[in-house]
Amino acid sequence: MTKKQKKKLYRIISAAALLALVWLLPEAWFAALPRWPLFLLPYLIVGFDVLRSCVRNILRGNIFDEQFLMSVATVGAFATGEAPEAVFVMVFFQIGELFESIAVGRSRRNIAALMDIRPDYANIERDGALTAVAPETVCVGDVIIVKPGEKLPLDGVVEEGESELNTAALTGEALPRSVGVGDSVISGCVNLRGTLRVRVTKSFENSTVNRILELVESAAERKSRSESFITRFAAVYTPVVCALALLLAVIPPLVAGEWGKWFHRALVFLVVSCPCALVISVPMSFFGGIGGASKKGILIKGSSYMDALCSAEIAVFDKTGTLTEGAFRVTQVYPVGCSEQTLLQTAAAAERFSDHHIARALRTACSDNLCAERAEELAGRGVRTEVEGKTVLAGNRRLMEDAGIACAEVSTPGTHVHVAADGVYLGCIVIADAIKPDAAASIAALRRAGVRRIVMLTGDNRTAAAAVAEQLGVDEVRAELLPDDKVAAVETLLAEKSAKGTLLFVGDGINDAPVLARADVGVAMGALGSDAAIEAADVVLMDDRPAKLPQALAVARKTRGIVTQNIVLALGVKLAVLALAVPGVAGMWLATFADVGVCVIAVINAMRAMK
Amino acid sequence: MKKTYKIEVDCANCAAKMETAINRIDGVSAATVSFMTQKLSVETASDDQGAIMQEIVKICKKIEPDCEIYLK
Repeated sequence: MTKKQKKKLYRIISAAALLALVWLLPEAWFAALPRWPLFLLPYLIVGFDVLRSCVRNILRGNIFDEQFLMSVATVGAFATGEAPEAVFVMVFFQIGELFESIAVGRSRRNIAALMDIRPDYANIERDGALTAVAPETVCVGDVIIVKPGEKLPLDGVVEEGESELNTAALTGEALPRSVGVGDSVISGCVNLRGTLRVRVTKSFENSTVNRILELVESAAERKSRSESFITRFAAVYTPVVCALALLLAVIPPLVAGEWGKWFHRALVFLVVSCPCALVISVPMSFFGGIGGASKKGILIKGSSYMDALCSAEIAVFDKTGTLTEGAFRVTQVYPVGCSEQTLLQTAAAAERFSDHHIARALRTACSDNLCAERAEELAGRGVRTEVEGKTVLAGNRRLMEDAGIACAEVSTPGTHVHVAADGVYLGCIVIADAIKPDAAASIAALRRAGVRRIVMLTGDNRTAAAAVAEQLGVDEVRAELLPDDKVAAVETLLAEKSAKGTLLFVGDGINDAPVLARADVGVAMGALGSDAAIEAADVVLMDDRPAKLPQALAVARKTRGIVTQNIVLALGVKLAVLALAVPGVAGMWLATFADVGVCVIAVINAMRAMK
Repeated sequence: MKKTYKIEVDCANCAAKMETAINRIDGVSAATVSFMTQKLSVETASDDQGAIMQEIVKICKKIEPDCEIYLK
């Protein structure tokens, strides 16, 4: 509790005690004197600040705020001889305000803590000694030292040292990433083991961590429909209810008399007309949702995109780098008359001198320790090399046919490398851009989440695209597209969707900024460290797993559910109390609950969006 | 130019009212008051926000006397 809150608490306690005391004084003492002036004491103790700002606001021409409404209601209660009720309502109102301010403060801090990846200092070596300086003051080219357990303050390249980095705060990914000399590292990661010397490549302002923080903090600027609705609604709601209160105070008594009774009921209206519960609950839920998502490594740039995610109808995926790894790997090995290991080793040795992506994929698949020499490139076919004294051929079917070697039929999609040693066929290795392990499951999950049409766009040839599409279960493929064609394809799809549905485009942020911008929701994947992608996208998935997308949809759905609950709760309770106040069933205490109690409940409910 | 200022405001409705009022000021092209992050961001056509900020502070104080805007 802050000082301000503590002070309020003491005032509430003493006022409540005084109220009870005055109430319990024996009737006999007040035979000659009225009791009500005594109630003024607790009333003023607990409510003087409300009255003061009410007067101040009236002088400035602002009416219809909470203070004004509470002041009129309680002074009115005094005037109608309901002094204890006036004090009670003021005490209750202040308790509610206190709760509200504690709850709001706490949740604001919680969400802020979720997103707190801001580094506090950077270690710089000066005159042989380490000094901690503010990250903002470090220049590009400086060398910083990051000890185990410390947060990387700026983006840079490792100059010395080896370690493992925990990227959980950025990506939500628990598995640490190992780094060594020459690797780029990004700010916000936590160094787990060794000390690293890092040459800074970006100023703090442009560092990943600062960009992410800016992005999340400015998320509040892109308001969702429900948010703007509620602000506009609140601006109308209060004056309307106040007008109704006035009518209630005047019209029924003109017909039936009993001015005091109706005046009292009108006061209940005033208490209910406070808009705060409505106004706070909606942005708070969205903010919680955005905070919770960022904890999972999903950055949503505004609550309007939460809305758009919820009504996703068409999901368009880029293929390479999004659904597939974007790097060639050995996907299948078919040895004939030898072990997989022998086949791979022979092939890798044969391709040792090549820098083709196929050769690189082979070398990644196995460490070659065979001796190879006299490599000869046979253009369009493959290579011929001496490996351990044997003449090895590695290449496509034509190479084998030219050498008169019969080779196996392989139908697995990808590039096929056939290998033969001294005229003996060893087998075939398939190299392909591997599909990400969670891609198929993610697409199935999107479908379950109500996405009706899933389209894959790619610049690749039709056969490769169709093979990937079949494995993943996407509905449509558009292959052999140039970057401009992708925009055109998305435009056609946009025209085909229903008015209420939205179109998501998911890309890896490289070369697809125009498409990201054109889609209703542009999702950049694996965008960690890529400024252009973070800039162009509406939703940024910090690591490159497609599984994050259904997660983002789930967070958006949950958040919107909570927003709806809060609006229904706040409005429902208020309307019910208004309805009950007319026949005199709901008293002022219930009205106060409808105001502050509901507000506190809404705030607590909003916090669920964070988890 | 777009700039962000730290603010202190206690009630969500006041923040909403401030936002509406600031957006009505001449020379402000867009402004948001975020109750959640306690930040005010103002976008103006000119690069000097000095005079406009004075105006903004005045208006905000009128709406909510307890609010605080840190011009820095």
